[in-house]
Amino acid sequence: MSRTWIDFAYLVAAICLVLGIKRLSHPRTARSGNWIAAVGMAIAVGFTFAIKEIDTYWLMLAGILVGTVVGVASARMVRMTAIPQMVALFNGVGGGAAALIAAAEFHRLAPESGALDTDHLVGILFSALVGSVSFWGSLVAFGKLQDLVPGRPIVFPAQNLINAVLGLTLLGAIALTATTEDGLWLGVLMVGAVVLGVLFVLPIGGADMPVVISLLNAFTGLAAASTGFVLDNTALIIGGTLVGASGTLLTIKMGQAMGRPLRQTLFGAFGAAPAGAAVAAAAVDGDGSVRTASTDDIAFMLAYARRVVFVPGYGLAVAQAQHDVRNLGELLEGKGVDVRYAIHPVAGRMPGHMNVLLAEANVPYDELFEMEQINPEFPQTDVVVVVGANDVVNPAARNQPGNPIYGMPILDVDKAHNVVVIKRSLSPGFAGVDNPLFYDPKTVMLFDDAKAALEKLIGSLKAV
Amino acid sequence: MNTQLVVELTVFALAVFLGFELISKVPTMLHTPLMSGTNAIHGIVLIGAMLIVGTADSTLEKAFGFVAVVFGTINIVGGFLVTDRMLEMFKQRQPDQDEADRKP
Repeated sequence: MSRTWIDFAYLVAAICLVLGIKRLSHPRTARSGNWIAAVGMAIAVGFTFAIKEIDTYWLMLAGILVGTVVGVASARMVRMTAIPQMVALFNGVGGGAAALIAAAEFHRLAPESGALDTDHLVGILFSALVGSVSFWGSLVAFGKLQDLVPGRPIVFPAQNLINAVLGLTLLGAIALTATTEDGLWLGVLMVGAVVLGVLFVLPIGGADMPVVISLLNAFTGLAAASTGFVLDNTALIIGGTLVGASGTLLTIKMGQAMGRPLRQTLFGAFGAAPAGAAVAAAAVDGDGSVRTASTDDIAFMLAYARRVVFVPGYGLAVAQAQHDVRNLGELLEGKGVDVRYAIHPVAGRMPGHMNVLLAEANVPYDELFEMEQINPEFPQTDVVVVVGANDVVNPAARNQPGNPIYGMPILDVDKAHNVVVIKRSLSPGFAGVDNPLFYDPKTVMLFDDAKAALEKLIGSLKAV
Repeated sequence: MNTQLVVELTVFALAVFLGFELISKVPTMLHTPLMSGTNAIHGIVLIGAMLIVGTADSTLEKAFGFVAVVFGTINIVGGFLVTDRMLEMFKQRQPDQDEADRKP
């Protein structure tokens, strides 16, 4: 097939990708948008087989087969709660592919003197660096979300010195690769990128991981676009650039939804973390005791409340307790209690997580309240029941400057008359900071798995 | 500087603006699926990996190209499937969303 027809097919594919992204940003069309983008991708990949310079197919087909098996298996088998780290992995391998393409193309062009012109060299260096950073950064993000790496921000002594040495090494490797055209220096650059990727993500707290993954997603997009310049392929340039640009904007929007400017997310841990730890420790020292109560006492308090607000969090998702919370809510409504559900936009481990879970349990839509709607209502609320949420109800975000989560908008549950927190232990949440709410005199802790606790509460409530 | 590079830079510049425009209005609950969907789209590096492995002369290029093809395919296949799984959960929310649209 002539190159013209292949480029035409790439144009059709690009239009599908654009329409796909467009539809993905509206709730009603999102699912079809995803499939339109997939069709575009299939067209682009399919027509690539017809490029006449390609002479060996078996290795390519074998690779696609292996990748398909791994991709289908991991996407099908992953639990819903583990999807964010799965996305991190898929993103990472994309970045890794871009870096490998750059390295292979360098190896092919470099030995012939003069074969490597400036624009291809720039593309190779960019893809190799950014692709590797994305690969290793994504692996660390995966590790943090999977609890393989501590979720709290990790800072080292002399981090600034290490960063300076690393920066100089990378610049040196870039300069030497460009001047000597020796693969050794490209290797040094890629090893330096490993360190950069790891050091970039380690100091960022677990709660900020979705934003980091989104940023690395944009990085991978740009690395992919850059391989398009290396291989003179417009489909790669368009696909990669669309993701690079939309991913950057999406990262900013996610940061805004969490009330955290990107700069604070990325560099907030430098210097701020020790102060934050001290503040949190002080808060705990102030009144180190927590109150607990029996489920009977709590059921009694709920039954005679006028208004009860449930605040679901990650613990609810893990315990799959969404049906139990709805049952408890219905039981309370039967007793004339005004029942509401407060949804923090980033409760759980991905934005919209709680909407999805409660919708699955058929909680009536008019009982779900967004943060802005419900926050003014807390002072008139008799009991708030926090089910497995932590960081999104941490008052430290409001009143402890220097705390790593300071500035994040939270649900002001501490303004309600009584707070019941259902949680397995006092351990800090995803962000790795203590929660003064647990030590508040009006808070009652119910240490149990969310599902077990709700079932016991339902039992006790039926007896009231 | 040659014509091909200028054409490529033109495509690049337009794609940057298009990428920004496309998601200027997106509700919070779609942030994660959108991230995951665009994540699948940069799996288009698979095309580059195919070009490398299909035209490779040396063992090193074949090895790098092969791994890149595997990686790119995982990125595409896994990315689109996992996005679909996420969006499947929003299915029941469709009537609710209509209601939300009607609210001022």
